[in-house]
Amino acid sequence: MALHLSRRATLLGLTAIATTSRVKLALASAPTDQRFVVVLLRGALDGMSSVVPYGDANLASLRPELIPPAPGQPGGMYDLGGFYGLNPSLTGVYAMYQAGEVLPIHAVAGPYRTRSHFEAQDLLQLGTENTGITSGWLNRVLAELPSQTLPTLKGLSVGIGTPLLLQGPVKVGSYAPEHFATPSPDLYARIQALNANDPITGPAIGNGLRGQSFDASIMSDDPATGPGGAKGGGNFESLATKAGALLAADDGPRIAAFQLEGWDTHGNQVNGLKIPLAGLDAGLTALKSALGPSWNQTMVLVMTEFGRTAAMNGTKGTDHGTATAAFVLGGNINGGKVLGTWPGLGQGQLFENRDLAPTMDIRSVAKGALASHLGLDAQALARVFPGSMAAAPLLGLTRSV
Amino acid sequence: MNKFAAIAHVRFGLGLLPGQSPDSDPKAALKAQLQGPDPAQASGAFDSLPRGIDAVDTLRGDAMARKAALADGMPKGAFKPKARALYEADAAAQMGWAATTQYDFRERLVWFWTNHFTVSIYQNQTASLVGPMIREAIRPYVNGNFTDMVLAVERHPAMLRYLANENSVGPNSPAGLRSKRGLNENLGRECMELHTVGLKAGYTQTDVTNMAKILTGWSVAGTDGGGDNTGFKYRPFAHEPGPQTVMGNSYDGGEQAGIDALTYLSKYPTTYQLIATKLATHFIADTPPPHTVAQLAGILTETGGDLAAASAALLDLPEAWSPLTKLKTPQDFLISTVRAAPPPDGKPLNYPAIMTALGQPLWGAPLPNGWPDVAASWDGADAILSRINWAYTYAARFNAGDAGVEPPDIATASLGPLLRPATISAMAAAGSRREAVTMLLSAPEFQRR
Repeated sequence: MALHLSRRATLLGLTAIATTSRVKLALASAPTDQRFVVVLLRGALDGMSSVVPYGDANLASLRPELIPPAPGQPGGMYDLGGFYGLNPSLTGVYAMYQAGEVLPIHAVAGPYRTRSHFEAQDLLQLGTENTGITSGWLNRVLAELPSQTLPTLKGLSVGIGTPLLLQGPVKVGSYAPEHFATPSPDLYARIQALNANDPITGPAIGNGLRGQSFDASIMSDDPATGPGGAKGGGNFESLATKAGALLAADDGPRIAAFQLEGWDTHGNQVNGLKIPLAGLDAGLTALKSALGPSWNQTMVLVMTEFGRTAAMNGTKGTDHGTATAAFVLGGNINGGKVLGTWPGLGQGQLFENRDLAPTMDIRSVAKGALASHLGLDAQALARVFPGSMAAAPLLGLTRSV
Repeated sequence: MNKFAAIAHVRFGLGLLPGQSPDSDPKAALKAQLQGPDPAQASGAFDSLPRGIDAVDTLRGDAMARKAALADGMPKGAFKPKARALYEADAAAQMGWAATTQYDFRERLVWFWTNHFTVSIYQNQTASLVGPMIREAIRPYVNGNFTDMVLAVERHPAMLRYLANENSVGPNSPAGLRSKRGLNENLGRECMELHTVGLKAGYTQTDVTNMAKILTGWSVAGTDGGGDNTGFKYRPFAHEPGPQTVMGNSYDGGEQAGIDALTYLSKYPTTYQLIATKLATHFIADTPPPHTVAQLAGILTETGGDLAAASAALLDLPEAWSPLTKLKTPQDFLISTVRAAPPPDGKPLNYPAIMTALGQPLWGAPLPNGWPDVAASWDGADAILSRINWAYTYAARFNAGDAGVEPPDIATASLGPLLRPATISAMAAAGSRREAVTMLLSAPEFQRR
């Protein structure tokens, strides 16, 4: 899909993107050439289906009908070194893995031990063990980056509503096109004046008009394929393509956060995961492709609120669990292997006799990413993830430079 | 209109209708709305809408017709399911009622409880079932007992299908032993976490699993399968045998075990705390003063879950009459607009399409915890601009010569003393009726409730 970025838009580092109810994207500018992308999988991805521990002798008895065919079999998983296999729907991710650009990390979990989606998603985005803090950790990352070169409006959240991950003191604007008629600039200005002193609508309209005033000129889809491209738009692939092009631009945004839904596979999991996993794969592949050479300055962190039960449930799915797999991707990632300590699936090895046991805090992964990729020091990491002293940054995520 | 009447109609209602007189005793008028059966159903406005079992039958008929059509060579995607039309009719009827009823506090309560017991039309083919659930399991109980509402909702096909209890089978039940099928704990978990006691109750994973076992057999059936009017059917062969313990109480097996367990959960102290917090957050403020929550929880405890009493207690709080600080959701905004300024051309609005564009698809919250109820979730620049752009789109209808009512009169009639002088003068300076209506709908006082 062809994108046309106007000079003015890229100077401001802001843009507009389509969205759907199942996929959301938020972008923020930051004074760095490094690109950092967080992909939140809402609903709890089964880590033992994405990165399958086929080498564990207990796997087959726990979930006989949930295991993809062995590596080498038709439709089989991709072998990741003899113990783990990558889900066969993750073809593009496997290609990046072979290029050393993907680092799966297994048996990670947040610091919380809730099996509530809603509490866990909040805590994952807040980056804490409890809800006593109100800003998202990615917003706090923005606050840690030097501010003198930032435009007034630091970020742009795309899609209705700002994800908790980016909520906080650093104000993020947002914009989503919706095909309504739009008032003239003059009428907008009068509406803005009417709301100027209102604490809620005043800033929202001000930020919105800043975004909208250059929306039309920022980017337009290839007229041959129409809005959203040939695939109908709004899916992760098309959003990732647009986001990649924007992140690649010299003065474009530097931070992006996607939210993808559809992972809560309580029933018929093998089929139920095919479409979301293929969508994730296509989106990550499209993101890399759209970033072009900037892929080398990009780190993508893919995470979910918790894992799922080790055993299959009664409806060929899995229920809410604890540890799962995360992924770090990028052009400078020290990948091509699986990190993490495998806790085992045998008697006494499962968490509460039910779930994959966590052996690493997801905040260790995030802190390792922020330290190696954005250069945050120990003090900054402690402010981004308060109370995370026990979760030391995971080292070695990137190739040494 | 005095200030209290203006606050009453916006905070607890959906705004005055044209020609509707403001209540002289607003509190008494709101309390009067808590009496009697659901006014929409009593009026016959929903008489032509399907029962739950009709929707279940329609879904089954769709599945069979689709199979036959595909076998006949119809291209995939060309098949038009009848269930879709049921959803559209239900949405038009229920939103149309909200846009015109004088029982708007009652309607707000219906919306509140519908959101508490969220079922999304986007999952597990529930689109045609949500409307029946609201009419069969929510509306009859908004001024009744919370326990009755819980029992009606958890056994409704919409919920049983949405949270995947329909096919959950006790592993040791006859069906489980024969088919190797088993438990799905989705409804067992969410009925505890979201609908009743909440995480603060401190229950364990074992409690969740046992609750799921207790609910095995709660399933869905159409006319052929012997479902009741809502489409509920209890399947004893799928029910996990033997007693189960949930939060310290043991329940013998059978359908009654589920009724007893849900009854206990629905009357648990943290349940009253949870719904008191949600009610206060919804009607009073994003961060309600703790004593308001305590007051409501106390009433719920004293009355054993009387929702009319809790709703009336809301009105008795001094904070209920404080200035309006909450941001309308897109649904509030849309319906209050249509009430303040009904379409002069009389053409009905496509509510589902507009609500999707405004970021709150009707009966389509993305997750079972429903739509958020605080400004921070709705005040994104895109969301606010969408409202303004839609208002401008809609306001075009007022440019016609025979619009009848003038924009300043619309503003005065709907907002009364809440209308700010700045808005009055901005409207007066507008170049057209369309601009003036847009200014009114874009004014900060119109965004509050």
